[in-house]
Amino acid sequence: MSLILVFLDNDRGALSPSGPEALTPALELAETLGARLETVTVGEPGHAGLQQLGLAGHVVSHPILTDYAPEAYGEALAQLADHTGASVLMTLGDDRGAEVMAHVAAVLNEPLVANVTEITDASGGIEGAWEMIRVRWGGSLLERARLRSARKLLTIAPHTFEPPESALGNPTAASTFAPDLADHLARTRVVERVRLAEGLTLATAPVVVSGGRGVGSAENFAILEELADLIGGVVGCSRVATNNGWRPHSDQVGQTGTRIAPDLYIACGISGAVQHWVGCMASKQILAINTDPEAPLVTKADYAVIGDLHEVLAALISEIRSRK
Amino acid sequence: MNILVCVKRVPAPGARIVLTDDRQDIDTRHLGFTTSPHEECAVEAAVQLRERHGGTATVLTLGPPEAVEQLRYSVSVGADQVVLVPADTTELDPQATAAALVDAITELESGAPFDLILFGNESADSGGYQVGIRVARALGRPVISGLKGIEIDGDEMVGRRETDEGFEVYRLPLPAVAAAKEGITLPRYPTLPGRLKSRRAQITEVAVEFSSGGQEMVHLLKPTEEVTETVILGHGAEAAPQVVRLLEEVGLL
Ligand SMILES: Cc1cc2nc3c(=O)[nH]c(=O)nc-3n(C[C@H](O)[C@H](O)[C@H](O)COP(=O)(O)OP(=O)(O)OC[C@H]3O[C@@H](n4cnc5c(N)ncnc54)[C@H](O)[C@@H]3O)c2cc1C
Ligand SMILES: Nc1ncnc2c1ncn2[C@@H]1O[C@H](COP(=O)(O)O)[C@@H](O)[C@H]1O
Repeated sequence: MSLILVFLDNDRGALSPSGPEALTPALELAETLGARLETVTVGEPGHAGLQQLGLAGHVVSHPILTDYAPEAYGEALAQLADHTGASVLMTLGDDRGAEVMAHVAAVLNEPLVANVTEITDASGGIEGAWEMIRVRWGGSLLERARLRSARKLLTIAPHTFEPPESALGNPTAASTFAPDLADHLARTRVVERVRLAEGLTLATAPVVVSGGRGVGSAENFAILEELADLIGGVVGCSRVATNNGWRPHSDQVGQTGTRIAPDLYIACGISGAVQHWVGCMASKQILAINTDPEAPLVTKADYAVIGDLHEVLAALISEIRSRK
Repeated sequence: MNILVCVKRVPAPGARIVLTDDRQDIDTRHLGFTTSPHEECAVEAAVQLRERHGGTATVLTLGPPEAVEQLRYSVSVGADQVVLVPADTTELDPQATAAALVDAITELESGAPFDLILFGNESADSGGYQVGIRVARALGRPVISGLKGIEIDGDEMVGRRETDEGFEVYRLPLPAVAAAKEGITLPRYPTLPGRLKSRRAQITEVAVEFSSGGQEMVHLLKPTEEVTETVILGHGAEAAPQVVRLLEEVGLL
């Protein structure tokens, strides 16, 4: 029976919460193709979560693999793929998933299709050519891609599938796989971790007050900070604000910044280029404040105020203060 | 420190992406071209490391003759040497791109490896997240992706990568390879002397043979977009009460 392996990342023992998203399309594939599905974790733990899911699992174990080490991870997973004769190896395309799979692909010298949202045609069977839809331009565009290799390597686009909810079968024991890893592969292991102050972040804040070119200067962001503080949010920005040195890159929303999904996104003086839009389009509500009623962000937003953002924000802040 | 940066020429769509009729490409008739911000920042990082440690910063692109525009731009912001690997397309699959880059790099190095080769974390258009890693593995060099900080410490590269909690640090022996994310440093704008220099810059061409990879683009398609009816809450300062009402509805006040 053909085998589909799903790599589930864990960070020093804690299973990545979004990793199981990749199981959903994998289960569907296993069903259509009549293949077996097994999971893989690297390093000892993370296993309890898998047992709950009720999937047979492989735990890849080696002294180098006790912390994240992409070269060694990739080598180990490639060896497991060979050892088990897996036809498909897939994982979630987050930062680490994308990196590890690229290593696997390089070691096995196989193609790797990144950020798949749908497998549209696997009628050729597990070893035949497949067609799938994948993400381009950070989500502004899609591509129908054909994968011709018999052995298939894929990453699944994050936030595309809901992870399976509960147990998928009876809990099964895991088997341990000990790869043969050269010492030098430890050269790309994490050597140090630095924790920064916790608090609201761009990715977790319920409301983001974001500014673009229309804000005009670094100093002018003070009024956005003030509003964000008043309503329990954080400040975000467009690439123009980052490039001009008005804000740090960690504030940038978009294709090469952060993708966010707050309850409310307030975009001040941002035009709405596709590369910005893909970063904020998952917001529950969007309010655009712009002098230009035709700005793409205004026409795509749920709500808009037409006018100079400095005037609008000043009036809004005094209105909120007068009510408190 | 001899550093190489690999960049990819891509169109710069604005508010809407328009496809050609055959859906094989973006309609670029009204568009400019650029590289990914990740790559722009990688070029800046290379120039800064060269300024600090001496040596050279070389920028390479594989693409059509027009990609010289991106090479000249990199000279205007400080690159010393630029290399074009001529190809009639940038639509090679990642395996084929990496193989061609490996051949070109091997030829350029002719025995003396670059101390550092930088890539963008992902190309802006096709976003395969893999070319840098494939090249590094083929050259037998250590590689780390997603860097938001880079320094040279003796014969090691120190890389910093952001996590949910803060950042993690990697130390790679040189020669090494790294993929940068935007924010690793702030790119400079071209100066007038920089622009003049870029016009005179000599373009080195390195021709390689192309193989084909196992992944093929069938056609492009646009994601389905929700059409929203925008509610205009008002104009200027007088919209404030309406906005407060919205904040209350969302539960923020
Ligand atoms: C590969 C690639 C990746 C990119 N990644 C990102 C990314 O991650 N994030 C990102 O943001 N961009 C990204 N960009 C850049 C993007 O294409 C745009 O250039 C950028 O988003 C524009 O920023 P902006 O809206 O602030 O500026 P502009 O497009 O100049 O818009 C300014 C807006 O402000 C309005 N305005 C001006 N004055 C006022 C005022 N007083 N009051 C109210 N409104 C006013 C104007 O009407 C206009 O709509 C990327 C580009 C490329 C090519
Ligand atoms: N045609 C190209 N020429 C030069 N460098 C490239 C090319 N394509 C990709 N790269 C480099 O490889 C990185 C990763 O690309 P990708 O794997 O397509 O996401 C990019 O950020 C570039 O640095």
